[in-house]
Amino acid sequence: MASLKELRNRIASVKATQKITKAMQMVAAAKLRRAQEAAEAARPYSQRMDKVLANIAASMDAQEDAPALMVGTGKDDVQLLIVATAERGLCGGFNSSIARKARDFARDLQAKGKTVKILCIGKKGYDALRMEFGAIIIDRIDIREIKNMAFHDADKIGKKVLGLFEEGAFDVATLFYSEFQSVISQIPQAQQIIPPLIESGEDVADVIFYDYEPDESEILDELLPQNVSVQLFRALLENGASEQGARMSAMDNATRNAGEMIDDLTISYNRQRQAQITKELIEIISGAEAL
Amino acid sequence: MADTFKFELVSPEQLLLSADAVEVTVPGTEGEFGVLADHAAVMSTLRPGIINAKLADGSETSFFVRGGFADVSANGLTLLAEHAVPSAEFDENAMKLQLDEAQAALKAADNDHKRDKAQNLINQLTEFSATMSA
Repeated sequence: MASLKELRNRIASVKATQKITKAMQMVAAAKLRRAQEAAEAARPYSQRMDKVLANIAASMDAQEDAPALMVGTGKDDVQLLIVATAERGLCGGFNSSIARKARDFARDLQAKGKTVKILCIGKKGYDALRMEFGAIIIDRIDIREIKNMAFHDADKIGKKVLGLFEEGAFDVATLFYSEFQSVISQIPQAQQIIPPLIESGEDVADVIFYDYEPDESEILDELLPQNVSVQLFRALLENGASEQGARMSAMDNATRNAGEMIDDLTISYNRQRQAQITKELIEIISGAEAL
Repeated sequence: MADTFKFELVSPEQLLLSADAVEVTVPGTEGEFGVLADHAAVMSTLRPGIINAKLADGSETSFFVRGGFADVSANGLTLLAEHAVPSAEFDENAMKLQLDEAQAALKAADNDHKRDKAQNLINQLTEFSATMSA
């Protein structure tokens, strides 16, 4: 049994921990609101972009000279996995669930005999994948310096990915991130961005025949690279909101656990103190009786 | 009252405007064009310039945009701008910033295609700033 002093120290230390987790929870809550607003503000653009792309894709269907960025290189031998995670930990299963998804995906591809390359955005994903895939991680992008994700940050990463594609470094790129559903639910996603998977479920009647100015290929030439950056941007914003949401609920749990622990410790502290008082009384009384 | 159509201006960061408009002037790469209700479906890229919109409630508003796409369809006009600010907030300093960015892109360009693009952007920007100050 721990002594009274030990118990007192433990209670004090758990209380200090609780204060920290509580502060972190509140900071995460404030950041979450901002991140969520940013993610929601960015949604219309990427939705419209998808629509425009789907429209062009539908009217380009029959053409053979469609750009590689749209229809792929015709192979899927070299796969690039872009794994976007956070720079910091202490956010529950956020980083590990993205890393797990990417790891399963990579193993699956390797089992099929494909070449896998990995591009990490954020430190935590790199840390998680380094052990198993250290040799095939081609680059690591630091987003620690970026406080508020702006489009040109995502654009820079997008240009890098496009540069690799132009060099022929990969055939297919898949982006891993976590979609923000709510504070308690973030769902890791794998989204193929090069070539983009275009939804073609729309009714044929919906397809509009556009006049293109300049022509289709020139528009696509601008639209497709832009789309890569936009998808990255969206993923990073979703990630930002997910990270704060995950951290908030993780810290909420931690604060609650610390509270329970303090209660338990306080009860055993009080019991022991009472036991000691009783023991001292018995000693005094039996001493008095002996006289 | 004139017919109206749905006009949306979005940049990657946010939805800047979503309203019913009577007439919108768009700086297309191949020349400026006006959009009225029931315009034929057109898809065009944008060059740096000012978008003027006459809204259904009679007010007028304008934005500076740099690059992007205009999508005119039966559903209205959607502008996907790479960068857009209300023109009230756009001044010479902002212009200079844009130019600097374009110059940097030109320097960083490692192939002809990119160099072409950056040079184009610079030309368009200088041309635009000349018309603005005139």
